[in-house]
Amino acid sequence: MSDIPEGLKYTEEHEWVRETDAADEFLVGITDYAQGELGDVVFVELPSPGDSFARMDVFGTIEAVKAVSDLYSPLSVEVVAVNEALNDDPALVNSDPYGEGWMVRIRAGDMSELDGLLSATDYAGHIEG
Amino acid sequence: MSFVPHSDADRREMFAKVGVSDIRELYSDVPDSLIRDALPAMPDALSEWEAVRAIQELADQNHSLVCFAGAGQYDHFVPAAVDHLIRRSEFYTAYTPYQPEVSQGTLQVIYEFQTMVCELTGMDVANASMYDGPSAAAEAAVMARAVTRRDRVLAAGSLNPHYRKVTDTYLRGQGSELQGIPTGLDGLVDRDALAGALGDDVACLIVQYPNFFGVVEEIEPLAEMVQQAGALLVVVADPVTLALLRSPGELGADIVVAEGQPFGNPLSFGGPVVGLFAAKQRYVRKMPGRIVGATVDVEDRRGYVLTLQTREQQIRRDKATSNICTNQGLNALAATIHLALLGREGLREVAEVSTRNAHYARAKLEALDGVDLVYPGSPFVREFAVKTKENSRAILERGLSDGILAGVSLSRFPSLGAPDGLLLAFTEKRNRAEIDRLADVIAG
Repeated sequence: MSDIPEGLKYTEEHEWVRETDAADEFLVGITDYAQGELGDVVFVELPSPGDSFARMDVFGTIEAVKAVSDLYSPLSVEVVAVNEALNDDPALVNSDPYGEGWMVRIRAGDMSELDGLLSATDYAGHIEG
Repeated sequence: MSFVPHSDADRREMFAKVGVSDIRELYSDVPDSLIRDALPAMPDALSEWEAVRAIQELADQNHSLVCFAGAGQYDHFVPAAVDHLIRRSEFYTAYTPYQPEVSQGTLQVIYEFQTMVCELTGMDVANASMYDGPSAAAEAAVMARAVTRRDRVLAAGSLNPHYRKVTDTYLRGQGSELQGIPTGLDGLVDRDALAGALGDDVACLIVQYPNFFGVVEEIEPLAEMVQQAGALLVVVADPVTLALLRSPGELGADIVVAEGQPFGNPLSFGGPVVGLFAAKQRYVRKMPGRIVGATVDVEDRRGYVLTLQTREQQIRRDKATSNICTNQGLNALAATIHLALLGREGLREVAEVSTRNAHYARAKLEALDGVDLVYPGSPFVREFAVKTKENSRAILERGLSDGILAGVSLSRFPSLGAPDGLLLAFTEKRNRAEIDRLADVIAG
């Protein structure tokens, strides 16, 4: 059973969104379920701070040994920071997907879009369904 | 593997499935004038000896010429050992390994090939080869657009027109096109024009080194200008001259491509050949083609693998870096063996003798009436262009009757904006007696 922490928001494409100290800023990563399905992550291609994405735009890619997936922006965002640690150690996505394996820190352009994201319970239903 | 031909019933079923009634409908994009409805009349069956004789008679119609033509492909000597080794059954396949890890020998050769390409070009990483120089240049332009996420591609006006055309075709498929940068009176890229063309939507500049006219382009200042504008510098190199020149990598190039034909591959009336492709390490994930890496197995023994396959079409599908997921296996093998036979010193000697021949020829030709260098003040290595008062095609005709291929006519390439004349190339196979005959042909 994969780990789906309460208090985070989720997308059907297996990203999670976590609140930060700043009201309109969030951390984004991929779920424990997603990292398990991909297997050993060997590379994460991330955007640059300052880049903007509409909701559901591809903001990066994640590569495992013999698979690659797009990363979808859960909200309309501007990228504030990216997790540089993943350049040296992409396996952080496997070992700590909700912590050190975070990918981007974003500023939301339209807070109402948060309401369209899934709760932990909804996401658990989604991956079981 | 046995060959199972389609039956008429198979064909009918497939036509029905895709909704056509005749095979010709699948070729509707091919102009009618290019389609033959019937094969030319074929002779009756021949015995083996009769067939050999008939084919030999055809082959004998080829003229053996002393070759001063270059323009991208060069008449270098290929030692007999190359042909002998590539025909060993362990190696003899034209194709890329598809169940790669069982073919350790093939992978090791590709790994050595990549290492040699890196050493020649001064770059960090090379792939397992491309179809040829022009498609390698086009892939470099595509890659530069992916790396920079920018649209426009600039190319020096002194880029080989064939490379320009192939690259432009690729770019048009992506909704972009190639924009030429004029050549200055010294044969080098006009830097004022380049400065005017650069902008925040430019992905790269493609420049040839030495350029189409044989002039040694100044790479370093171009790299600075282009990179300051946030674009990449793509260098198309003559790989033989890299034995003498500072490497494009050392001079700041981001991507280096080349026609690898001069290594191990005879001219053969135009192919098959092999493209070289190398880049800086930080762009490796945007590179086209296959890449072989070295690793160790569970028992700590050295082994080779196809690596970074997630860039490739069989995994990344429509988001692959390129639709190339093959390599020129046999041609790259020939190049690797030839380079290994030559070694660093041998390749340098090949380049030096070629250069000495070119400079001997320049002195001879400069002395002729009605012949002038196109770029008299500019440095060149083994190829240069001359203006001729006489129609260059007439000179070529005269050469043919004397067994001399007296270069390539510049008038074949109106897009260059060059005067009529000849582009002349020299290799280690030429000698002074042959160059004297060339001068006689051109003198008339």
